[in-house]
Amino acid sequence: MAVIHDVIPAFELFQPTTVDDALALQARYGAKAWVLAGGLDSFDWFKDRIKRPEVVIDLSQVKELRGIRPVSDGIEIGAMTTLTEVVRHPMVREKYSILPNAAEAAASPQIRNQGTIGGNVTQDARCWYYRGGWPCYRAGGNICYADTPTGLNREHAILDADRCVAVNPSDTAPALIALDAKMVIRTPKGERVVNAEDYFIGPAIDITRMTILQPGDLLTTIRIPSTWAGSQFYFEKVRDRSVWDFALVNVAAAVVTSGSAIDRIRLVVNGVAAHPVRLTAVEAAVQGKPRNAETAELAGQLAVRGAIPLQHNGYKVPLMRNLVKRAIRGSAGQEAA
Amino acid sequence: MNLIEWAQSPWGQQIPIHIAWSLLWVSAIGGLLFLIVHAIYVKAKPAAAHSDAPAVTPAVLAHVPERVPRHSLGARLFHLIMAIAMLALLLTAFLPKVGVKFAWVTYHWIAGIVLTISIVYHIFHASFWLDFWSIWPDREDVEDASRRIKRAMGQSAPEPRKFGKYPLENKLYHLVVMLAGLAAVGTGLFMMKRVQTPFFTRNPYLFGDMTWGWMYVLHGLAGIGFVALVTVHIYFAIRPEKLFLTKSMILGWITREQYLDHYDPNRWHVSERDSDSETVQSKPKKVLA
Repeated sequence: MAVIHDVIPAFELFQPTTVDDALALQARYGAKAWVLAGGLDSFDWFKDRIKRPEVVIDLSQVKELRGIRPVSDGIEIGAMTTLTEVVRHPMVREKYSILPNAAEAAASPQIRNQGTIGGNVTQDARCWYYRGGWPCYRAGGNICYADTPTGLNREHAILDADRCVAVNPSDTAPALIALDAKMVIRTPKGERVVNAEDYFIGPAIDITRMTILQPGDLLTTIRIPSTWAGSQFYFEKVRDRSVWDFALVNVAAAVVTSGSAIDRIRLVVNGVAAHPVRLTAVEAAVQGKPRNAETAELAGQLAVRGAIPLQHNGYKVPLMRNLVKRAIRGSAGQEAA
Repeated sequence: MNLIEWAQSPWGQQIPIHIAWSLLWVSAIGGLLFLIVHAIYVKAKPAAAHSDAPAVTPAVLAHVPERVPRHSLGARLFHLIMAIAMLALLLTAFLPKVGVKFAWVTYHWIAGIVLTISIVYHIFHASFWLDFWSIWPDREDVEDASRRIKRAMGQSAPEPRKFGKYPLENKLYHLVVMLAGLAAVGTGLFMMKRVQTPFFTRNPYLFGDMTWGWMYVLHGLAGIGFVALVTVHIYFAIRPEKLFLTKSMILGWITREQYLDHYDPNRWHVSERDSDSETVQSKPKKVLA
């Protein structure tokens, strides 16, 4: 449990009004600068005095980073758009309902009013050993305290763990990957657009980061193509407390059927690895098959292949299997453990 | 500049976690500086007067083959495998540190296992099939080194002898590589207990935080040391006057002329019989008239 201190350590605050100014500040201060979106992740770090940036660049005044705009092939969502705005936007609700469903599952109404979609997908790992300021792998050290014989790892990874066993906590991330969203990143070298599934990285690639963002980079926009607009969507999040908690496991699926058969599908789970996991093998296996209980069973079994539970998170294997089954079936129901 | 990164353990203890990665650049630049200085020195130094060839009996000369075996097939294969493993280890260790991000851990420990097996092979091969002592500095090496230093400083000293199979620099390099290699392999094998491998049950509590910390520091120091050592090794391998040695590491032999030009048959004895053999002994055998 983190120690509560009285005040946040002092830092120099900048509130740029344009993306260019924000990037210039990032370039000027480099790794000393901390980019602040909604502040829900950042202020935890500051208050616990684990992160002590010299400079904070608050993006709240950058109007071009806010809002949801229709474009020729889909929509664009500014990275500083709040989760509540995403939840309430009529076009998003009509065509991409999986995203507001996922955004609404995040945290509490107050937090969604302040938290941004850019912050939600870019937030750091929630492992308490890491958040407690211990010198673990993710903090630049050489040990994972969660993956020890006595580690508390009930909420940790069952897939793709590489030294660090923390998981990605985002609810909107799997929905965006299911929608084949593109992340628009401004870097010192110019603009870069990456697929949402490539935006997230695991510890094998870089153990100290959750995304491809490097110091000096800024996520500005999320583009959602119309490819999956109006598809059949499924999002479900399982958590300890329904009112306000991070996902133990969540699942997002976008499905296009032809008759009763699955024509196209994108299926993503989160809370099981340090990055959202797109289940491409499952997608390939169920394509062309009827969307029924039998196919769901096949998908569930296939989804958890390679899962390696830790001491206390073995339950995540049947949980993930059953969530995948529900996503394929398209409805929640009684599942066998 | 901190040479070691420190952190506070959950128990409030200051523990080392690894070396400062800026030392990587110190090692790389140090290696490059050495080769630049050496190249300038070689270019600038006056040509050494030819030493009188040691008196070798015609009978011995008659037994020196046209192709003098220098490295057995086993030794060459070991060198090749070790070199591939070493380069893989350095690339997987340090590319991520300079910004090239990829899943490096599995490749790194696999290369480490290959290196370990090759070193174990080398120890047995060198101990039982090669002349174990030929690579270790001996009294004659020290005497000759002293003579060279004195003569370089303008003092009078007897002319140093030609080398045995391995010059002193080569022997010292082997010594340093051996120490760094054992440090890297020894710590690396223990560090495999901290990551998922098919060989061990993962146990990060095998040692205390302090012991683990120093182990990581030692592993890192050996690793960055190898950056300079490998740089220097490659530099010498491609120097024109050393190319015949590099070639011998591929083909296994040097010519009779190269042997007689560079080596003292009294200290590196070969005979026609050796040319037919894969193993080459360098037994010191007095053949002076």
